[in-house]
Amino acid sequence: MFHSYPPQIVLEAVLNGLLTGSVYALVALGLTLVYGVLHIINFAHGALLTLAMFAVLMVHLGLGLDPYLAIPVLTPLFFGLGYGLQRLVIGPASRNDDGSILLVTLGLSIILENALLAVFRSDTRALTLDYSFQVVDLGFALLSLPRVIGFGVAILVAVVLWAVLSLTDTGKAIRAVAKEKLGAALVGIDVRHIYAVTFGLGTACIAIAACLLMPSFYVNPRVGNAFVLVAFTVVVLGGMGSIPGALIGGLAIGAVESLCGLYLGESLGQIGIFVIFILVLLFRPTGLFGAKA
Amino acid sequence: MTSLNGRTASLNGLSRRSLIKTGAAGATLLSAPGLLMAQPAPVKLGILQPVTGNLAQDGEYGRIGAEAAINEVNAAGGIKSLGGAKLEMVFGDARSNPEGGTQEVERMHAEGVAAVVGGFASPICLAASQAASRYDLAYVVDVGVSDAIVSRGLKNTFRFGPGFGTVTKAAIENLVKLNDAAGKPARTVVLVHEDGLFGTGLAKLMNERLSALGFQILETIAHPTPARDMSNVALRIRALNPDLVIPSSYYGEFVLLARTMQQQRIRPKGIYAVLNGAASNFRFVKEFPEAAANVMDCNHWADPRKPKTAELRKQVEATGRFWLYNTPLNYSCVRLVADAIERAASRDRVKIIEAITASTFADHIMPYGPTRFENGQNLGAGPVNTQIQGGDIKVIFPAEFADAKPVYPVTG
Repeated sequence: MFHSYPPQIVLEAVLNGLLTGSVYALVALGLTLVYGVLHIINFAHGALLTLAMFAVLMVHLGLGLDPYLAIPVLTPLFFGLGYGLQRLVIGPASRNDDGSILLVTLGLSIILENALLAVFRSDTRALTLDYSFQVVDLGFALLSLPRVIGFGVAILVAVVLWAVLSLTDTGKAIRAVAKEKLGAALVGIDVRHIYAVTFGLGTACIAIAACLLMPSFYVNPRVGNAFVLVAFTVVVLGGMGSIPGALIGGLAIGAVESLCGLYLGESLGQIGIFVIFILVLLFRPTGLFGAKA
Repeated sequence: MTSLNGRTASLNGLSRRSLIKTGAAGATLLSAPGLLMAQPAPVKLGILQPVTGNLAQDGEYGRIGAEAAINEVNAAGGIKSLGGAKLEMVFGDARSNPEGGTQEVERMHAEGVAAVVGGFASPICLAASQAASRYDLAYVVDVGVSDAIVSRGLKNTFRFGPGFGTVTKAAIENLVKLNDAAGKPARTVVLVHEDGLFGTGLAKLMNERLSALGFQILETIAHPTPARDMSNVALRIRALNPDLVIPSSYYGEFVLLARTMQQQRIRPKGIYAVLNGAASNFRFVKEFPEAAANVMDCNHWADPRKPKTAELRKQVEATGRFWLYNTPLNYSCVRLVADAIERAASRDRVKIIEAITASTFADHIMPYGPTRFENGQNLGAGPVNTQIQGGDIKVIFPAEFADAKPVYPVTG
């Protein structure tokens, strides 16, 4: 089961893991933001990612728009979708303090998944683009160009999101609501609006992740779940509600998964993720970066 | 009869309206036996496929084949020995897991189906056929390649296609022929397989037999389904630099692997897939012509020589769907069951099982002879080898079905 590999292979595996981890981080960003502010575990996150991936496919096939150029188109659209979902579905459903909101997001996920199945049918589709097969040759490693671009954009999005939360009035309002909802309302912050903006930002992160994934991945009506399960682990590792935690957690999980895959085999490699998940829950339940928003 | 005051008059206690109603009802009753004779109750046929979940694509294409066969049987007059009874599909979604398959078989039994066809994945077929056996319900497996399916002594379970024992044997025999004819360019092999029942069992057999034949297995790499990334698998293949890569995976994972291998400039002398979900799929050929070029597969495939194959393929492609092996396999399985019901001349489940057991059905579109079941396995079934050449999927083995010569070793 254990193999010995030259250092170059190990290094390349780590680099590949970091590239994959950046997508995990981006998916986890939306999840952690929504959890940190609204205190909702959004089970529809995966289905929304699938929806966004199909949206990328459609704007490419229908309008000829490159997935990267689709980022400025789909990000505001999905922000609007998230905003609307929070105002019309999630918000009203979360007024009952009985945990039923979890079932609502789960139900939303099932509806979205089956609607996508009905519209796009079950086929697995992928995009073939000129740059899909291009690599960045570092001399000691060949890295996929779309995944290197994805890595760069994911880091950028995390930094921008952190800056928005730290420096802008809306960001400060989001943090205030996350910390003390009642106090924020007392100083005149429209909590319902802030909740919707947060959900919108979380959904916008998914749209960007979809644009970054499509040049090198495939899409079918269930594909989002493959990323969201690991994103939950990232959120726990990084600390629920933490933006730097999601980024560092995503990269760390990507690297661990890749190394475990290399040494233990791809199937057993995924065990590494869940071992981390359990260890963090046992010994540091607040995650690496606590629960700060 | 209406009175002057506008009210309906009575005629010996009966109004005109009620008389007409009674007369109509009587006429209906009198004509009912005739109607029943003209249109006997349909024979319900359970079609089980995973149309949601990870295996939805395969299930969908299986359903297309089953529906085509049912429509064809009905258009040709239904089951003649049952007075022209039509086949009626009772569809069940196995939801890509054994529990889903079992629940649907229970429902189908409650709805009174005469037999069940399908299942696609080995774990679904194992569980669903077991559930069907409790009700003496004939279960015809369409794909489910695990040999455990037909080694449990279940009298109700039949597999029309070949299992992975047969497929592996044929794949290895054909690989040796291919390699010998080319001057034995390949000696080292990396096996890549999905980590479920089908992939693991197949890899074990390939490992044993290829090693015995002098091939050196450099590594056997298992991967989960769905897999998010195949970079490491490609990396290990690149590091090992084998002559041959033998992958056995479902569609999405093989597409990911083939793309990554192309990107990483990994060019073995051959990609020789066994029961691969993508290498015999026209979507893969169309969407990734470069990654797909020259990929070989040993798999289920319709007989290209039979006119009905081309007819069904045309019918499927006219609806915007691709031609996958699931469609002709399910088409053939339903035709096999219809033939058995015809010969049984009965809806009785035990008689239908007996009729399938004794079946010598030949009017299918697979490259098999007449069916001959032993312990539920159709001994006449076998795979073919295909290769993606010039944007098409060609048959390269066995010679009697081949419509192209193999391109091997692959160079450039």
